[in-house]
Amino acid sequence: MALSFFRGIQSRPFLLYPSGFFPRKHALFYCTMKSTQTQIATHEKQEPQLKVSTQSKRLDKISKDFEAVIGIETHVQLSTITKAFCSCAYNYGSQPNTTVCPICMGLPGALPVLNSKVIEFAVKLGLALNCKLSLNSKFDRKQYFYPDLPKGYQISQFDVPIATGGFIDLDLPVEYGGGHRRFGITRVHMEEDAGKLLHTGNGSYSEVDLNRAGVPLLEIVSEPDMRTGIEAAEYAAELQRLVRFLGVSNGNMQEGSLRCDVNVSVRPIGQLEFGTKVEVKNLNSFSAISRAIDFEILRQVLLHNEGESNQIVQETRLWDEGAQKTVTMRKKEGLADYRYFPEPDLPEVILGNEYIDGIRDSLPELPEMKRRRYEQMGLSMQDVIFLANDINVADFFDATIAKGADVKLAANWIMGDIAAYMKNEKLSVNEIKLTPQELAELIASIKGGTISGKIGKEILFELMAKGGTVKGLITEKDLVQIVDPVEIQKMVDKVIAENPKQLEQYRGGKTKLQGYFAGQVMKLSKGKANPGLLNKILLEKLNAES
Amino acid sequence: MLSSVHNPRFLLLHYRWPNLHFPPKPHRQTTAKALHTTQTLTLSSTATSPPQSQILTIRESLLSRRTTAVELAAGYLNRLRRTEPHLKSFLYVSDTVLKEAEEIDRRIQRNEELGPLAGVLVAVKDNICTADMPSTAGSRILDGYRPPFDATAVRKLKECGAIVVGKTNLDEFGMGSTTEGSAYQVTANPWDLSRVPGGSSGGSAAAVSARQCVVSLGSDTGGSVRQPASFCGVVGLKPTYGRVSRYGLVAYASSLDVIGCVGSSVADAGIILHMISGHDRFDATSSKLHVPDFTSQFISRDLLESKPLKGLRVGVIRETLDDGVDPEVISLVRGAASHLEELGCIVTEVSLPSFSLGLPAYFILASSESSSNLSRYDGVRYGNQVVADEINSLYGDSRAKGFGSEVKMRILMGTYALSAGYYDAYYKRAQQVRTLIQESFKEVLDKNDILISPAAPSAAYKIGEKKNDPLAMYAGDIMTVNVNLAGLPALVLPCGFVGGGSTCLPVGFQMIGAAFDEEKLLKVGHIFEQTLQGCSFVPPLVADDFAC
Repeated sequence: MALSFFRGIQSRPFLLYPSGFFPRKHALFYCTMKSTQTQIATHEKQEPQLKVSTQSKRLDKISKDFEAVIGIETHVQLSTITKAFCSCAYNYGSQPNTTVCPICMGLPGALPVLNSKVIEFAVKLGLALNCKLSLNSKFDRKQYFYPDLPKGYQISQFDVPIATGGFIDLDLPVEYGGGHRRFGITRVHMEEDAGKLLHTGNGSYSEVDLNRAGVPLLEIVSEPDMRTGIEAAEYAAELQRLVRFLGVSNGNMQEGSLRCDVNVSVRPIGQLEFGTKVEVKNLNSFSAISRAIDFEILRQVLLHNEGESNQIVQETRLWDEGAQKTVTMRKKEGLADYRYFPEPDLPEVILGNEYIDGIRDSLPELPEMKRRRYEQMGLSMQDVIFLANDINVADFFDATIAKGADVKLAANWIMGDIAAYMKNEKLSVNEIKLTPQELAELIASIKGGTISGKIGKEILFELMAKGGTVKGLITEKDLVQIVDPVEIQKMVDKVIAENPKQLEQYRGGKTKLQGYFAGQVMKLSKGKANPGLLNKILLEKLNAES
Repeated sequence: MLSSVHNPRFLLLHYRWPNLHFPPKPHRQTTAKALHTTQTLTLSSTATSPPQSQILTIRESLLSRRTTAVELAAGYLNRLRRTEPHLKSFLYVSDTVLKEAEEIDRRIQRNEELGPLAGVLVAVKDNICTADMPSTAGSRILDGYRPPFDATAVRKLKECGAIVVGKTNLDEFGMGSTTEGSAYQVTANPWDLSRVPGGSSGGSAAAVSARQCVVSLGSDTGGSVRQPASFCGVVGLKPTYGRVSRYGLVAYASSLDVIGCVGSSVADAGIILHMISGHDRFDATSSKLHVPDFTSQFISRDLLESKPLKGLRVGVIRETLDDGVDPEVISLVRGAASHLEELGCIVTEVSLPSFSLGLPAYFILASSESSSNLSRYDGVRYGNQVVADEINSLYGDSRAKGFGSEVKMRILMGTYALSAGYYDAYYKRAQQVRTLIQESFKEVLDKNDILISPAAPSAAYKIGEKKNDPLAMYAGDIMTVNVNLAGLPALVLPCGFVGGGSTCLPVGFQMIGAAFDEEKLLKVGHIFEQTLQGCSFVPPLVADDFAC
């Protein structure tokens, strides 16, 4: 299988549309095609009904009769300092073949020695996924030929994975209808990554980069518990949060640190057995997962409705982000035989209960625990999901309320102006100069009336951009709110005196002009006047009989 | 020229072997001098004197400045040049031997400390990686391949001052029992050039036998050090699995492979083992057990009591003295058993009922692992690459041209045994047999100190005799494969000759010990060797160099 796979990658257009998808007479024609674009164009002519624009509408209509069954295999690249079986470092984006050694290049005579961090990270994730850990597991060799696989086999775990039978809890976003979900985890196992192939423009040869070869991965296999693209995308997002909270991976999908392959099948509602499943690869974002699955569900259901369900075959399809559709990569000809057998170069992996307990005790608060805690604080589900999404934001929030800040106000500030600022400036919460201490101080200053909310906002931007303290800025800029009625009255009098025309109009019934006067007074006070007091005094003056 | 009468052997009872560690301690020189050897640069003296440690002799003669490292090296190199056209035991001979010897002489002149193996010429089997020499494993697919690193065992020997003289011939990837399976040349047996030296470490055994080097490293997956040692009349030591790091040993069957030592005396094999043993952070299967000084219990012949091995329980494995074994070999092994009895051992016959299961189990497991281990020779990164239009032909043609027929056969057998649907019937079953064999060995070794058997069913046979009969060749491994399956240490040492006159061929017998008890094997082997009368295991080809 893997042998033909290479050609598929090397000259992808050749195998994009095997004859199974089209009338046989076209097969030869497609095999001689040179460009992907041309093929996709032809493909669209053949199946114009699968237009993306109509996709979600159609999905709504047909999903009444069919249900999709979705399972996900996720590869998480571990952020260990060195590779799984040698002491090479791995840095994404390094020059090709600069972080390699005899071991990860698979030179004759080189042997793997397990990096103990891999076990630690696997146990962490296994525990976080509520799995049962195997006290005795082992490594196996998964054998196939491929130029990015230097040893001709991948060191993996076959029949005894390190963790099995867990689950993951998550809350769907409110905008997608919300709701709590629990998806089963079949297994978690350790393995090594392969290298990368770089295909040259003219396709006459390919280059092998082994930097990534031997980087540790955890493969997480879910139960087929998901039913929609959104559920699948949220599952992946929760997994990303989990690995980031645990610090076992950066979970970055663009760099390939988190890679999801989804299995999709559909069946008429009420049917117990699964339909034929199709594997979809090349999903580089959560939205790609969601859209690819929805496309695939639609494709399969349409085939069912058109009486062509036999066209749904066990195959691997690629998500084409440009065309927003899945296309055949390769058909499976029976099960690939990887000739697994126990890796004789590595001893068994034996976990002691003490070791496991030690790791369990050191686990941080996980996303699900955070969400439940925030929920109990009285925050809305939208707030809860936002705050618990990013561990750094959550830590910032926790630190802010630990300084005594009001929970709801702190949440609003973080989700509002702070989030907007971070987005505009493309900064993370750790990169802005504002500290939780000062945010708490700011909130307290507004709540206590020292400064107005408007001034508070101004200070906030100053704090985020340059740092400093709330107290320092208030003093430095003389921003303390004016709450002395006499002083405010003086300013009101001045403004009224300077605007006789407007006063006349106001008293002539154009009461909307109150806002104008308020604005002028606020301007005069440089924004420091207490707005409540200001309006009260202003109204009194405006309405006073002269 | 010299007399063994003046040679009190090595007073090893008093000899502090740890002194051999690198860097040496200052008092070593006096210790070595205390040997009072009157020999010059020589090996065994008369036909009947027992073999002695060439390593200690060299050390003594260097430290006493009776000879120089260059003279020593030149002596070996001259003999190597003279015999190599007949033997073809080397695939590569280093051109820096004399330079390295000169450096040792300079160190001696400057009174600098010397490594315990300073000036010792070591040959290394070509499936063990050496950074400055080709390492082909006897295969075309690695033609011209030079590893960027030394195998741990080689590195350790170099750190002890040894000079690597070259890379020795072998059956391709260690798969074979005659060294005829080399892709490059056929090595001859120094005792009879028309016969095979055994294999797969045939080059290493022939080189030591013909005194082309002092000692050599081999590898033993199913008997590849021990059987050629028997065929060539030298001492072959297969350590416990895990005793010596496999890092840098081109893998054949990872769970069976060990690096072994070949020497012309038990002492030399023991010294080399001591130098290369121990845990290696580059081999997860290497043992962290303490490495004792394997030679500390050696007793000089002159100090031996009449029954030096009194009470030692020796089991003769009944199943190994059965049909299919040359009657002359059987009588030699029985003779060795009697000899041990005379030394005080309690010799009994023991049975290993699972013995005959070893061969099929071995071939399943070794083939399975080799089919996987040899996957990396795909022509993509190193070794021979065939020009091809696409990747499948690149793989297929590179491997078709690069591998010899025996290797291909084992890859096919192993691939078959690991295939879906056959795994349980073959690989898994063979693993169960392996467990059975381990248990039955443990049972008899609980009641016996050592077990003995022939090292091979016959003495060396003719070149070409079994080349087209792989099953007959495989059957020749019957004496040794069980030991690899059980992971135990075994020592093969010469115990006599079959035939006579010009057709006289050496035969070794095998002593098997408990896991990690090489010390006992070496002690018994040393006493056996020192007390064996009337045998000289220097082949006629080079005997003139050692005549009185």
